[in-house]
Amino acid sequence: MPDLISALQLSASEATLAVGGLVLLMLGAFAGEKSARFVSVLSILLLLAATALAVTGPLGQAFNGAYVADPLAVYGKALIFLSSAVAIVLGDGWMKRTRIARFEFPVLIVLASAGMGMMASSGDLISLYVGIELHSLALYVLAAFHRDDLKASEAGLKYFVLGALSSGLLLYGASLIYGFTGSMRFDEIAAYAATNASPGLIFGLVFLICGLAFKVSAAPFHMWTPDVYEGAPTPVVALFATAPKVAAMVLIARTLEGAFAGSHDQWAQVLILISLISFAVGAFGGLVQKDLQRLLAYSSIANIGYALLGIAVGTTLGVQAMLLFMTLYVIDQFGFFALILSLSRNGRPIRRIEDFAGLRKDRPVMALVLTVLSLSVLGMPPLAGFWGKWAVFGAAAEAGYWMVGAAGLVASVVAGFYYLRIIKLMWFDPAPEGVEAIDRSPIEAKTIAIAAALFSFPLVMVALTWLEPLTRAAAVGYGAG
Amino acid sequence: MLTGIAFYLLAAVAVVGGLMVVTAKNPVHSVLWLILTFFSSAGLFVLLGAEFLAMLLVVVYVGAVAVLFLFVVMMLDVDFVRLREGYARYLPLAAIVAGILLAEMIMISLVVVQGGAAANAVTPAVATTDMTNVEAIGRVLYTDYVYIFQAAGIVLLIAMIGAIVLTLRHKPNVKRQKAHDQVNRDRKTAVEVKGATTGAGVSAEDLI
Repeated sequence: MPDLISALQLSASEATLAVGGLVLLMLGAFAGEKSARFVSVLSILLLLAATALAVTGPLGQAFNGAYVADPLAVYGKALIFLSSAVAIVLGDGWMKRTRIARFEFPVLIVLASAGMGMMASSGDLISLYVGIELHSLALYVLAAFHRDDLKASEAGLKYFVLGALSSGLLLYGASLIYGFTGSMRFDEIAAYAATNASPGLIFGLVFLICGLAFKVSAAPFHMWTPDVYEGAPTPVVALFATAPKVAAMVLIARTLEGAFAGSHDQWAQVLILISLISFAVGAFGGLVQKDLQRLLAYSSIANIGYALLGIAVGTTLGVQAMLLFMTLYVIDQFGFFALILSLSRNGRPIRRIEDFAGLRKDRPVMALVLTVLSLSVLGMPPLAGFWGKWAVFGAAAEAGYWMVGAAGLVASVVAGFYYLRIIKLMWFDPAPEGVEAIDRSPIEAKTIAIAAALFSFPLVMVALTWLEPLTRAAAVGYGAG
Repeated sequence: MLTGIAFYLLAAVAVVGGLMVVTAKNPVHSVLWLILTFFSSAGLFVLLGAEFLAMLLVVVYVGAVAVLFLFVVMMLDVDFVRLREGYARYLPLAAIVAGILLAEMIMISLVVVQGGAAANAVTPAVATTDMTNVEAIGRVLYTDYVYIFQAAGIVLLIAMIGAIVLTLRHKPNVKRQKAHDQVNRDRKTAVEVKGATTGAGVSAEDLI
């Protein structure tokens, strides 16, 4: 019994989210559809409470090693839960405006966050898989949440089918690994793999990486990304682009550097190949896009390449760079999606890139925000995105992978074309004809967009001074080095 | 001896059943053959001493999945004749793929027989004779694996929420059951006596 009590103390944040999610579900079911706003507020409070529990909770292992609470998990969870909370804020306003307010939306995000928390602190192959399924099942539903919208339904279906395929790949890899090592636990796999990395084990590892690469939408496993980003509701995409990616990146770092530290040479090749393909697909695929959300999908593919490069380096510095990169990236992404939510003309949201023409006249502040965010994602110093890329490039160069880092820089230059095109359209081109009404921006989306832009510059300079030691503590505490 | 006969019988039925699943002309028959295959595989599990898996196969696959297939096949309006048009054309390709799969499986089995997949690794717990499968699984399910078990429960809950979110619609003109109102109806509010002239008959319009 004391064993269970200490285990529950360790996993308090996930337990809170799971139980709280069930309570909110009951509350919503009895109070009816009108309770959507109330449930949203409570969900946000629940996520904040879970963050506090994760940050202040004890560290250690529980449930026979299936659950690991270490600084890496804590850092990941804080980022994941806070991102989910911001997504609920964006989603609540969006649901009200589109008149599809339903209390299941925040509840699904809360339960998905519990799954992402499981992923961030999974210590064996079963909790890895169950965590992935827990969060992705909720995300499939969220993608199709606007069920009367044809594109949203298509996005949900595509995401579901391809997600199921990737789960199959992942399970196949996991079963091979289990078969060749005889254990599910990462530490036991590591002990076995260190002395005896048989080809079968590596084979299983490659399948596992493929399955995980699907989840972070790294090329060549990115096919679902553009369609889902285009079709799914904007606040849901804002969630897709942030919390699950962080969870999956932490999971990849944990699996590869924890269970397979001995076979770094093998998986580093795979990850570097995936990074290089992601750079290319993200940079060149984005050139022909006409929809901003589709463009952001390609941009995310290229950026995930960077984050994977941080893991591929295989040093503590690499993991730290990945965490820093993901943190800054998440804030930029929220800025972008909040901005898309806050812009509409004639009652229709501005999504097509040529519609951004003349934004300077309509909305000078928003034009400035989009400029700052674009330059930041592009990696222009001294904006936030630059520091993330700088950290990854530094880690890669230190470990002798500077060629791959340079390829990433080339990709950034190519990607610069489409960001600069938006900036040029906004500031120098006349607005399209027939704009009668410039709709008022919803206050929450506008606030988040402006806050993200302010973070990109100049707040990032202050934030870096405490993000840097935090990420280092997370990477070192995990003992990756 | 008896085990041997049972094994070959069940294995043969499973293989023939599997073959019939893909070759049967009528999809409903395919599903029925699939159920037969599941049953024979369950029998094979019993022979292996895994009676819990056998029960699971019957309850989950025959009871739920196959019946669901049957419903889907019967309810979806799919033109199965057109669906089968390419059968002969794709047969060689399918045969090649199946052949490769078979060869791979034989190779893996040989390797496992030779060295054992996890020969040097942690040895899996040996099943003891004084404990049934169900008991052995029950002992660890709520103790060692309680975390995973609960999480899997939430996965199923999310699937349920998802089904409701995506399909439930409150249409205004749909008649729903209202148990309270229905039970509380009495003769006065439910029935009305209308007078009718003898020999003239009544038409439906008069009554409304």
